[in-house]
Amino acid sequence: MGLARRVWTGYGGYALGFASLFVIWQMASLYLVGSVLFPPPTIVFKKALVLARNGVLLEHLSASLQRILAGFVAGSLLGIPIGLAMGSFRPVRKLLEPYTEFLRFIPSVAMITVAVIWFGIGEASKVFLIIYTTIFIVILNTAAGVSAIAPNKIRAAESLGATPAQIFFHVALPATVPYILTGMRLAMANSFTTIVAAELIAANDGLGKMLWDGRLFMLVDEIFVSLVTLGLLGFSADRMFRWSIYTFAGKYSPAT
Amino acid sequence: MPAKYDVELIGVTKRYGATLAVDNISLRIPQASYCCLLGPSGCGKTTILKMLAGFEAPTAGRILMDGREVTGASRDRGVVFQGDDSLYGWLTAVENVEFGLRMRHMHKAERRGRAMRYLELVGLRGQEQKYPAELSGGMKQRIQIARVLANEPKMLLMDEPFAALDAQTRSLMQIELASIWRATRTTVLFITHDIDEAVTLGKRIGVMRAGPRSQVKGVVEVSLNGARSRTDDAFLRYYKEVYEMIRDEVAKSLSRAD
Repeated sequence: MGLARRVWTGYGGYALGFASLFVIWQMASLYLVGSVLFPPPTIVFKKALVLARNGVLLEHLSASLQRILAGFVAGSLLGIPIGLAMGSFRPVRKLLEPYTEFLRFIPSVAMITVAVIWFGIGEASKVFLIIYTTIFIVILNTAAGVSAIAPNKIRAAESLGATPAQIFFHVALPATVPYILTGMRLAMANSFTTIVAAELIAANDGLGKMLWDGRLFMLVDEIFVSLVTLGLLGFSADRMFRWSIYTFAGKYSPAT
Repeated sequence: MPAKYDVELIGVTKRYGATLAVDNISLRIPQASYCCLLGPSGCGKTTILKMLAGFEAPTAGRILMDGREVTGASRDRGVVFQGDDSLYGWLTAVENVEFGLRMRHMHKAERRGRAMRYLELVGLRGQEQKYPAELSGGMKQRIQIARVLANEPKMLLMDEPFAALDAQTRSLMQIELASIWRATRTTVLFITHDIDEAVTLGKRIGVMRAGPRSQVKGVVEVSLNGARSRTDDAFLRYYKEVYEMIRDEVAKSLSRAD
């Protein structure tokens, strides 16, 4: 199979899918709705260009992105060891399960109120909320990964002479990597939901703030710029995550 | 007094709740011998292997190795598992083989050299950089065998290692394993439900009664030397002897399954 053909089967359908999305949007906006409340993509992109040139878009974008990144990294760094400990040691599991099982049913969106009361409307409250939304998914997936390890992998290591510590670092940890990565990917998606909600309610900048201002001043075009940016941002973050899994951790892929 | 036998099971019993899986088994596995434990499915063969490996403790009785009681897994007793889920999917073939050596901090060049020698012994030269997922079922079992041999245990415990392979690969692997054993003379306990496999490989064949409450019905000593052929008269004689011992047990285990 030629390269051109492979590129086409790999990305061709994708490109076509995206193109059709914008065509249908354009048609729907112009001929079906025909209202300023639902601007077509051409107008939205023109507005996006203006906002990109004067730096407003970048300012909001980087504000949101920095919060997500800080909270996501911190939440993962906290969640992975806790999940490993919960999966490996029964007493730790029993001790911490009430926390995870109770708190994970309180959505991060509901925590916005207390976050603002505790940490104000600055960065701290946003990062706290992203950590909150990340940590439980990462913990649960990591712990599930540890308990999904085939017992024969551990037994083989024991009869090859590995110590309990060696089994942890050389068998349990690498065997759990696919689960950890899956948990982080889900957490990333949740972080986007949370950051928008948090910025809608209390923030000085960010894509959520942009949405809220748009509603306040009836800047429908800006609302749509913010929405499209969010979609593209989430999409590319997820793709990058998937790409790095395949590139750097392909051998840990769940198939093997 | 030095132990006359490498491994000895004395009145070993294993209970899982109300089920009596293994009932008062005594068995001797002489040093440097190749023992097969043959029996119908559900007769407790794998339970015996798990206890010998040290993965599970007997409910009653003792398991001795060189006169010392077995209390847990150890690198004295290498295990080859039935399926491929004991291999490490994130390590290449050669990294899997040198796992045990790495765990005891053997120098990198030395352990790589030894791992490569054993990969060659099992016929996997040229496949060393592949991951288990890229290899066939037969090749994966060879990695397991090389991994255990490279660790140089006193005893090999093999739990139906070829059961999941197709007939051609299985008979090829049996021939190779027999020649590896003649070269290394490691004590082997090989578990199987296949009479042909037991007579092809075993020096001593322990025939088990149908489970539960499994026991050893009898031991057949096979005095065939060198490579064995399925068409030899002697081979067929042993086959018949073992077959007659096990026939009733298979019938029993089938009627119990109904």
